[in-house]
Amino acid sequence: MTPTLQVFLIVSAALFSIGLLAALSRRHAIFILIGIEMMLTAANLNFIAFWRFSPPAQQPVGVMIAIFSIAIAAAEAAVGLAMVIAVYRHYRTTNVDQLDQLKG
Amino acid sequence: MSSAAFVIISIFTLAAALAAATLRKLMHAALSFAVALVGIAAFFFLLGAEFVGLALVFIYIGAVAVLIVFTILLTRRHAGKDRGFNWSGVAIAVAVFGGLTWSIVKTQSLSIVAPHVPALTVKRIGQALMTSYVWPLQCVGLLLTAALIGALVLVMEEKR
Amino acid sequence: MSKSIDQAFVHAKQWLLSWLAGSPGWVVQVASILINIFMLLAVFLTLFALISVLERKILARMQNRYGPNRVGPFGLFQPIADGIKMLIKEDIVPARADKIVHFLAPVLIAAVAILTLGVIPYGRNMTPFTIDGGILFFFAVGSATELAVFMAGWGSNNKFSMLGAMRAIAQMFSYELPLIISVLPVVMVVGSLTPDRIVAAQAGYTFGLVPRWFAFTPWGAAAFILFSVSGLVESNRTPFDVPEGESEIVAGHMTEYSGFKYATFFMAEYIGMFAVSGLATTLFLGGWHAPARILEIIPSYVWFLVKLGALLFVYIWVRGTLPRTRIDQMMNFAWKFMLPMAFTCIVAAAVWHYASRGLRGWLWSLVVIAVVYTALSILLDTKRKFAPRVYRFAE
Repeated sequence: MTPTLQVFLIVSAALFSIGLLAALSRRHAIFILIGIEMMLTAANLNFIAFWRFSPPAQQPVGVMIAIFSIAIAAAEAAVGLAMVIAVYRHYRTTNVDQLDQLKG
Repeated sequence: MSSAAFVIISIFTLAAALAAATLRKLMHAALSFAVALVGIAAFFFLLGAEFVGLALVFIYIGAVAVLIVFTILLTRRHAGKDRGFNWSGVAIAVAVFGGLTWSIVKTQSLSIVAPHVPALTVKRIGQALMTSYVWPLQCVGLLLTAALIGALVLVMEEKR
Repeated sequence: MSKSIDQAFVHAKQWLLSWLAGSPGWVVQVASILINIFMLLAVFLTLFALISVLERKILARMQNRYGPNRVGPFGLFQPIADGIKMLIKEDIVPARADKIVHFLAPVLIAAVAILTLGVIPYGRNMTPFTIDGGILFFFAVGSATELAVFMAGWGSNNKFSMLGAMRAIAQMFSYELPLIISVLPVVMVVGSLTPDRIVAAQAGYTFGLVPRWFAFTPWGAAAFILFSVSGLVESNRTPFDVPEGESEIVAGHMTEYSGFKYATFFMAEYIGMFAVSGLATTLFLGGWHAPARILEIIPSYVWFLVKLGALLFVYIWVRGTLPRTRIDQMMNFAWKFMLPMAFTCIVAAAVWHYASRGLRGWLWSLVVIAVVYTALSILLDTKRKFAPRVYRFAE
């Protein structure tokens, strides 16, 4: 018995939901970033799984998209964390619910 | 592709991911995130995409995880603990998971077993990157440079 | 005869596995992996014990003393005494430490160091873990060291530990770039990330005399030097032991570790040094190939160990010779000199490849490297910066 595509997708969906949970329910900006990264890797897992379970093609498209998405996720993490540091310098907090200066 | 390995890796990964999302101490959560990434890399190995798995470990654990722990270090003032927990997020996450799982299970065409494909060598990935994907590659290079400069500008000391 | 000695370990492993002939496939697989792991640990832990005492003896000779000579013949049993001392010491965990992180840091750092050893070919047909992309594996796994060092610094909850960890990560990050980029020319010329292929590409002799090792081409020599210096930094050894400079920050990230955990850090540092030297041997010094055709009767693993030993001796020699560098000097050196030179190596390797890989390519790549080296030295004005310091008030 070998795992089918379905179980991989379910694991990836679970990972995505956990990332969503971290992004929605935590107030610390770094947790939100961790959640976003986790959702991105869940999407990568989907790409790789679909590539593996589709018939052999000329180009490994799924793998390519996963590689590019990892590179973009790294850039996103660098900019996101730089933003966290910049926000911390301004407001002395990293809890996103305290950043409410524009609230009327 | 054995199911025993699959079960072990998925339990390991999901447990670490759940720990990363729910642990109270930030540093523990960030380290659990790194452990979860090792699990995902193991999934990639299981699926035969070794290069992507190695790249994931290299980029995420070597760079992103270290960046995250550094940021935690630089921004800790209030003992590095998270204050509140928004319970409505849990409901939304569970709902999303339920919806996704329901639609995956309902789709009959997804219950397929992996076909036999030739192993994906690094050489083939390199050739693809340098021929059909050369434009995306250059764009990613540009994007990374822009992100590097942008991150530097963001964290530079402000002049008053 | 010489062939059977060369393959002695391979045959011994096959003989051991033949005992399991009737069992299912996965049992044989697991047994094969376990034998590899066991051999790797046995060889490198012995080498660690040997090098730890040899280093003290060589350093002592360089400083006109004898070094350890009390325990056993020539003090060779010193590591056993050290081990017993480390084992029976009290294991102190600071009260305010993050206990889990504090405990996991030495475990992770040792595991990572040992894992990186797995992809290096130690002899003909003697790679413990063959993977398409072994070089990438080496660096991917090795990059977790930074996280482990950070965990040690954070988990100890001590200012010195944290400062030491910050310094260690800063220097590891800066020198990881030249380390990896100086590998790229080799990967480019061979067209493979597999260590076995890289070793195979260095077989044979030019004019039947000079072995075709990459260290004998201009770009290879430059990349080899860059790689070795970066490797020295990655393994936190003198002259780059800023993170654990005892005159400044006690012992850096290892300040709050005692007993066996400290010994684990110590071991991981040495094993990391073996791994980097082993990779340098594989990439630039022809791996397990003999330096001359007549000497090929000596088994391949002996040649590997000889080259590894020579590199380790140079590391010890450097430690005995140079004082500790300052952190700003180190960073400047990494970003302003090492990184441009590493990029130059890639260009020089390309020139070498397109100018027929022969004598012409050799000369052209030498020209490229010499021009960039001279330009960099003029631009950086090394004479002014590294001149002896003028003491205005001391006299």
